[in-house]
Amino acid sequence: MNAPDATALKAKDFATDQEVRWCPGCGDYAILKTMRKTLAEIGANPDNTVFVSGIGCAARFPYYMATYGFHTIHGRAAAVATGLSLANDDLDVWVVSGDGDSLSIGANHLLHVLRRNVDVQYLLFNNEIYGLTKGQYSPTSRPGTRSPSSPTGSADAPVHAVSYALGCGASFVARAVDVGSAVLGDVLKRARDYRGASFVEILQNCIVYNDGIFDGLTDKKVLADNTVVARHGEKLLFGKDNERGLALSSGGFGIEVVTLGENGITVDDVLVHDETNPVLAGLLGKLGGPETPTVVGVIYCQPRATFADTRRDSSSVPSSERDVPDLSDLNAVFHAGTVWEVN
Amino acid sequence: MPALLVSRPASCLVNPSPARKIQRLQALRLDALHKCLNPMTQSSVPDLLSETEDLVVRFAGDSGDGVQVVGQQYTLETALAGNDLATFPDFPAEIRAPAGTLFGVSAYQIHFGSRDIRTAGDDLDVLVAFNPAALKTNVGDLKPGGLLVIDTGAFNERSLKKADYDFDPLIDNRLDQWRVLAVDITAMTRAAVVDCGVSTREAARSKNFFALGLVLWLTSRHRETTREWMQGKFASSPAVLAANLAALDAGHAWGETAELPPEVGAVHVAPASLAEGTYRNINGTEALSFGLLTGARLAELELVYCSYPITPASNMLHALTQLAQYGVQTFQAEDEIAAACAALGASYGGSLGATGSSGPGLALKMETIGLAIGAELPMVIVNAQRGGPSTGLPTKTEQSDLFQAVLGRNADAPVAVVASRSAGDCFETAVEAVRLAVTYMTPVILLTDGYLANASEPWLIPDPRKLDSFKVAFHSDPEGFEPFSRDETTLARPWVKPGTPGLAHRIGGIERADGSGNISYDPDNHQLMTQLRRNKIDGIANDIPAQGYEFGDESDSTLIVGWGSTWGPIQSAVQQLRSTGMRVASTHLRHLWPLPANLGSMLEQFDRVIVPEMNDGQLVKLLRAQYAIDATGINKVAGQPFRIRELVESINKEVTT
Repeated sequence: MNAPDATALKAKDFATDQEVRWCPGCGDYAILKTMRKTLAEIGANPDNTVFVSGIGCAARFPYYMATYGFHTIHGRAAAVATGLSLANDDLDVWVVSGDGDSLSIGANHLLHVLRRNVDVQYLLFNNEIYGLTKGQYSPTSRPGTRSPSSPTGSADAPVHAVSYALGCGASFVARAVDVGSAVLGDVLKRARDYRGASFVEILQNCIVYNDGIFDGLTDKKVLADNTVVARHGEKLLFGKDNERGLALSSGGFGIEVVTLGENGITVDDVLVHDETNPVLAGLLGKLGGPETPTVVGVIYCQPRATFADTRRDSSSVPSSERDVPDLSDLNAVFHAGTVWEVN
Repeated sequence: MPALLVSRPASCLVNPSPARKIQRLQALRLDALHKCLNPMTQSSVPDLLSETEDLVVRFAGDSGDGVQVVGQQYTLETALAGNDLATFPDFPAEIRAPAGTLFGVSAYQIHFGSRDIRTAGDDLDVLVAFNPAALKTNVGDLKPGGLLVIDTGAFNERSLKKADYDFDPLIDNRLDQWRVLAVDITAMTRAAVVDCGVSTREAARSKNFFALGLVLWLTSRHRETTREWMQGKFASSPAVLAANLAALDAGHAWGETAELPPEVGAVHVAPASLAEGTYRNINGTEALSFGLLTGARLAELELVYCSYPITPASNMLHALTQLAQYGVQTFQAEDEIAAACAALGASYGGSLGATGSSGPGLALKMETIGLAIGAELPMVIVNAQRGGPSTGLPTKTEQSDLFQAVLGRNADAPVAVVASRSAGDCFETAVEAVRLAVTYMTPVILLTDGYLANASEPWLIPDPRKLDSFKVAFHSDPEGFEPFSRDETTLARPWVKPGTPGLAHRIGGIERADGSGNISYDPDNHQLMTQLRRNKIDGIANDIPAQGYEFGDESDSTLIVGWGSTWGPIQSAVQQLRSTGMRVASTHLRHLWPLPANLGSMLEQFDRVIVPEMNDGQLVKLLRAQYAIDATGINKVAGQPFRIRELVESINKEVTT
């Protein structure tokens, strides 16, 4: 095989000659940049990498990656990727999707790709709005979101992507912010290394229809106060000087924000992140909003058998080990049961 | 005995009228008879035999009575006796409908003979009715003078009421026009299995095998293969095995020893003269599964069959799941859409992706099929048509998805469409569907129907080594590679497996530039790509056999054009009409889109073109639109196949008016 020396590739080598057509200032640019950089850093082989997408702004992603790519139909990227993994589970498959694609029209397929633990990286670009159709509220829009289809404010309760993924039985769940390239890069690397379905919610700014909803997580002045970076085995501290932390709420089953030095709180009271703990993952994933910080990083990771692993166990002869080009083995199929001769 | 039946003289009641004997049942001298006997059947041939060319037998009972299983075993014994045959299992949508109800009746019909058998038969020679509901819903199909076997043990006040009988059909000469063999099968089965160690309730469940034994005797069939099958089937439950064997033998012995009146004597159907070779019995589902697998193997691809359970297509998923070691992966997806998408994803990855469904499921797959058309990837979609719209008649047959298959997508989106004509033909059609899909990089819709899915017939087993290969050559040369360049002959684009070095590229649902495949909104490019996609599919017409005649030729004045599972009744009707001197020819289409290149000129040769279909007129409209000819339709949407008689009458009427 004439595989190129992949380690020599630079981020720009993962760019195609296609003009990127997102709105200027869109958060997708930042994600694209980090993705190219990350693939270069980890020495990904473009010939063995496939981006599969559905429909929406995010779904244009494959056209901008110099790898294999398949831009499919609305909501169905997970199902197409599942079929691709049936044909070839040696490929490195990334699914790129949005909040409408993944949590409205395609929520069923997201559920099943996660519970089956198909070996893909599933990226959900969550901008809490339908961008490509000009700004209608989406399943993740906050209550009261004013849009062309909800002029007096949306009434539907939003779906919570990380909680949904955990509920689907995801074995790897992470979150990052579009312009937070350090965390995003780390999360993408972890997701790619993970065998099984790795779900990554990427909070992404839509500059045209939902601008600024994640400012609290991107504005350098305040982001440290609003973001907890979860690292396995480390204290869940945040704030400019790591002066605050997450602790189990006293007398309850929740999590509360504590400040070191206040009310006798010490660093010993702050929770240590255990990414293998599903209960903790559920609590951490739910945080965010005006009262509590948003948790980014790998929230949950508990490896289990992948889709391909379980299928290999149940099928007797892998195709690669079968070599009967003359089809004579099919005689056994055709002649099974009762046969008779006519002379 | 139930109170209603106390007036019965014995467990056997035979309508005495000799005039009602089936006319075809001509007694033969034994020496003449033995000449035409299959050697296998000689040992237990009853002494008094009538010979007949063909026979139609139907078992009917509750869905829980084991009617289908008895029908299948009877079919096997009949196939082994050397007859040609066709079957028609007909069952309700409910898995276990309330016992004794009219809507819960399940039936299995078999038509077998010493000549070519193309249909499951118009009218019944023998009907076995396991209860009043089965009698009521089926007896109308029994020929006058036909043999009616009734389990009187199932007739009582309650069961009659459930079947909406306000009288007892067994008394007062209500069944006079048939020869009635009224037997308390339930009681005799109980008596036969008394030493087998089964409960009274379990004992009664063996009554289907008592009836099978009796009908096997009545029609001079063996029962050894059924006995062997039972040994395997009930191996885990020795008592049930013993009971079923005892019931089968008891039914057979009862027929032999009951000194039935001459009108009820056993009949014999000589073996048919089939082409030489090895045969097995096969239904459409099995044949399709074998065909898809064989097609994939001829293309040297792995078959990835993705499906979501739906009647009557689910059995394909079951059948293919059994074939994992021969190069099949099956995947039960979360819904119809995912099944289609996974199949497409598998094709994208370099396998042969296939999916199967039925009418409403096909509707859900259409957007994916559109993507496959645009991305130009191969895919086979099997649609076992059923009555509709919506859920319609899930277990009943119809041909009403022709428009959906040919036209049912957004935009100008042509695909290849093929249809199977018989259970065995499903094999060849499936191989052809795979060939077209991989040769032309296109989705191919294969139409079968509820009748074909379940119907069975003897199948001359092909030698897989002698089938023509159509090995796929994946593109692997980076030199000058363009994902949407085209083969000059087929107009197919190159098929590249992701993972191939140096060929990384992007495809998708947005219009692709001719050649490069890059996103293009250019108006001229869209015009060109639309034409290319159309021309590619149209070009298939040059790669399929010229359409020929089933009967007759252009010297006839009327042409009957059929497609799909109506082949049997149409050809039988045409044969009958020709024997009366009518100048009628017939042709039967396998390729529905594109239509064969010579079809237009063929149709022009005739004064009259008639298109019988189990829909409200779809092929007839397609032919009128395509060729601007004045074709007329004969249409039936009753959930049941055409009867030969219906077609003979309808064609006669068309031709003479």
